[in-house]
Amino acid sequence: MMDVDWIGAALSAARPQALAALTRAFRDLDAAEEALQEACLRALRTWPRNGPPRDAAAWLIMVGRNAAIDAVRRRRREAPLPDEDALSDRDDTEAVLAAELDESHYRDDILRLLFVCCHPELPAGQQVALALRIVSGLSVKEIARAFLTSETAMEQRITRAKRRVAAAAVPFEAPSAPERAERLAAVMATLYLVFNEGYAASGGEAHLRAPLCEEAIRLARLLLRLFPAEPEVMGLAALMLLQHARAAARLDADGAIVLLDDQDRGRWNRPMIAEGLALLDKAMRHRRPGPYQLQAAIAALHARAARPEDTDWTQIELLYGALERLQPSPVVTLNRAVAVSKTRGPQAALGLIEPLREKLAGYFYYHGLEGALLDRLGRRAEARVAFDRAIALAHSPAEAAHIRRHLDRLTAEAEASPDMPPAGAPSCGTA
Amino acid sequence: MLYAILCYHQEDVVCAWSQEEDDAVMAKLAVIQNRLARQGRLGPVARLMPTTAATTLRKDRDPPLVLDGPFAETKEQLLGFYIVDCASLDEALEIARELGEANPGGSYELRPVALFNPAETPGAGTRITS
Repeated sequence: MMDVDWIGAALSAARPQALAALTRAFRDLDAAEEALQEACLRALRTWPRNGPPRDAAAWLIMVGRNAAIDAVRRRRREAPLPDEDALSDRDDTEAVLAAELDESHYRDDILRLLFVCCHPELPAGQQVALALRIVSGLSVKEIARAFLTSETAMEQRITRAKRRVAAAAVPFEAPSAPERAERLAAVMATLYLVFNEGYAASGGEAHLRAPLCEEAIRLARLLLRLFPAEPEVMGLAALMLLQHARAAARLDADGAIVLLDDQDRGRWNRPMIAEGLALLDKAMRHRRPGPYQLQAAIAALHARAARPEDTDWTQIELLYGALERLQPSPVVTLNRAVAVSKTRGPQAALGLIEPLREKLAGYFYYHGLEGALLDRLGRRAEARVAFDRAIALAHSPAEAAHIRRHLDRLTAEAEASPDMPPAGAPSCGTA
Repeated sequence: MLYAILCYHQEDVVCAWSQEEDDAVMAKLAVIQNRLARQGRLGPVARLMPTTAATTLRKDRDPPLVLDGPFAETKEQLLGFYIVDCASLDEALEIARELGEANPGGSYELRPVALFNPAETPGAGTRITS
């Protein structure tokens, strides 16, 4: 006897493969989704009675396909197909169907399904919503809640995204090697967006959005099973696991951000860290470094440090340097500056970020870091100006509250001892 | 007689469990493990990381080939194992049935152990806890 939670897990695990195959069969995503939904409803009716099929995806594909054909036949008043109750894993039908599912195609079919959601023509917000709706099978209501928006607005966003994707008409033919690599890169980028939607959350919204991180990790594992020898996919999965492992320590009871240095490392999820480190280890063997592997390697150095003072900042600085060469971006330089502030002090870090001022004028973390560095140098008035700019750019109440604490402390110190530079002022790093 | 109880399950299903569901299953299994341990019948127990973390060394050639991923691509994957001390196959099956009630789905393969070397390894006996 199975309970419903088990069926739910089996259905969501089988969903990407089943939907990808049905999309190939019908050449239409909406028709495939409808057929899969019908198959899932029938699974909920029959699985508790008959037990789970040995191959849930094959069952759903067959029942979904039959349901669609059945609907057409019923409209034509013809005889229906045999009831799915009669099917079991002892029947040959499943085996035949499983063989029919071209093994060499199913990877590309799932990749295609993922890629459709990550189409470069879609804005990031639509990519994430579409991936959660189509691949993960979350309801519009669940996605709307995670995005803190109304169900109607989310429904519209997904409908718009689907229309654009249909117009873009991604071909069903097996992709060439460069096309496959391009699709893989787009899919990885979207999965990381899904992850960050959950990771960036704080305050009251955190518990609503954390499941997005878990879903992104699940999809990254799926991608890795499809492409087991791709070091960047390993790096992406490792990066997500190593970052998500800190989730319980990242926010305090009020939902305020706790910086890396101040986190209770005993609350980091050790099995998750171990899996992340294992994947990174596998990836590095390939000697084909990429942005996800480098970021995972940085996260790994934090994870390996038992105490903040054990962190290998020299190595982190080198890794950010490598990331800058591979993927130059002012945000990466900003992160390297955090490492430089630890290895060579605030003055050197300040020199590194000053040229970025114009490019990152609208970036919360730039002003937060500048404020913290100036603060450490005892340049309080300038620090205050930087913190004021940061607070105006905060995305969440938790970020604003964090900067507010710096400002309040500066005020208190200015009143207590107007001339003394603060000793050991906390830095403003990443959480 | 020592038996290995090899645990096979679809890992994509297990990976789709929520943390709460996973914790609930592990708690139910711990009850059985604790009883077996008190009876002195429980050997090493291991839960393996997903096959995505696996690496395979094909040693049927020289030099051996290192491949990413599990040895075989199967519908159900080897996700862990128990070593239990049982007087008979029936006893081992009884334990497996009980474990199966706590963790339904998938299969257990019961294999009598031919050689058992409980050597001390660094880290052995330490539990990786969340």
